[in-house]
Amino acid sequence: MRVAALASCLAALAATGAGGAVVLIDFVHPKVLFEPPTAFRVGKPEDFPVNSITADYDRKVYIVRTEVGFFALSAVCTHLGCITRWLEDEGTIACPCHGSKFGKDGSLVQGPAPRPLRRIAIRLEEGELVVDTVVEVEEDSILRA
Amino acid sequence: MSVVEFKERLIATQVWRSVFRHRYTDSNRNRSLAIFSNVFLHLHPVKVPEKNIRFWHTMCLGGLSFGLFLILTVTGVLLMFYYRPAAPQAYRDMKELEFVVSSGAFLRNLHRWSAHVMVLLVFLHMARVFFAGAYRPPREFNWVVGVLLLILTLLLSYTGYLLPWDQLAFWAITVGTNMAQAAPWIGSKFRFLLLGGNVIGENALLRFYVLHCVVLPLAAGLLMAVHFWRVRKDGGAGPL
Repeated sequence: MRVAALASCLAALAATGAGGAVVLIDFVHPKVLFEPPTAFRVGKPEDFPVNSITADYDRKVYIVRTEVGFFALSAVCTHLGCITRWLEDEGTIACPCHGSKFGKDGSLVQGPAPRPLRRIAIRLEEGELVVDTVVEVEEDSILRA
Repeated sequence: MSVVEFKERLIATQVWRSVFRHRYTDSNRNRSLAIFSNVFLHLHPVKVPEKNIRFWHTMCLGGLSFGLFLILTVTGVLLMFYYRPAAPQAYRDMKELEFVVSSGAFLRNLHRWSAHVMVLLVFLHMARVFFAGAYRPPREFNWVVGVLLLILTLLLSYTGYLLPWDQLAFWAITVGTNMAQAAPWIGSKFRFLLLGGNVIGENALLRFYVLHCVVLPLAAGLLMAVHFWRVRKDGGAGPL
């Protein structure tokens, strides 16, 4: 009888603890975020010369225009999330934190980054290019001009 | 009224006797009571064998770590009077502390250097215990408590890193939380909850502040009580 009472006490305690943990995790999970939008306009296609790379460090993207068309790269280093820089003289994208280097097309040139820069969605909307930083696309995808 | 008479009358008053419940004649019993009946001393052993307080047994590393924790608590509380964990006030408040507030730069630097030294001493303390084999029974539980305290020390150091809200803070936390993200299965979720969002912003600053000033120090205080208590109960080296 005593053992049964103790067992139900422990069960009740465990249930309360588990419920409390669930409520706590839900509590610390923010429901509304005041973060910058992940999709934004970057300009008209004619603003970008052929064979150019345009850096927008505030919004952490590169807009690259080749002879074929456009693609967008996330400027966030795939190593540990620092913001890379386009080095005009060297023709590479370099990370100031741990020295990773990427090609103009985002390809991995030098570690410690494990992967090329993320290629992200770019589309034409009402005559303007729109980039979405959370939508990752294939490494060879391109928006034809 | 002579001094002796005054003293006799004082210790006969109810106020005195309500605070101190024993006399001070030098007996074993009174010496024990002085420790037992004082909340600030009760973690201390009543008696310590002389060989246990040899400097080279402990090098005072644990005691010094605790001393630094006390310095960090006092300086940290004082810094809180001027610091607002919000953007962009946080950075301005740091500059105000550095250049305007009387003794602000001193308190801030004392806090910063004590934090660095505490990490170093806690690590050396662990190394000393390890090389002395002091983790062996009956002290294996206290070793575990000590490892938890080491982790708490590192977490306190890490959460304090973001609070100046400068470039170093921002990028250090960027790198650190991306490392946390690499943990399998729960990494991304953990990073999101830790930052209170996807990017390092005001939510992250406030969360790190609350962890740094409330949650982690309380946890460390609790574990320290257990740690010091076990040092006594497991026998061996005494305090400092």
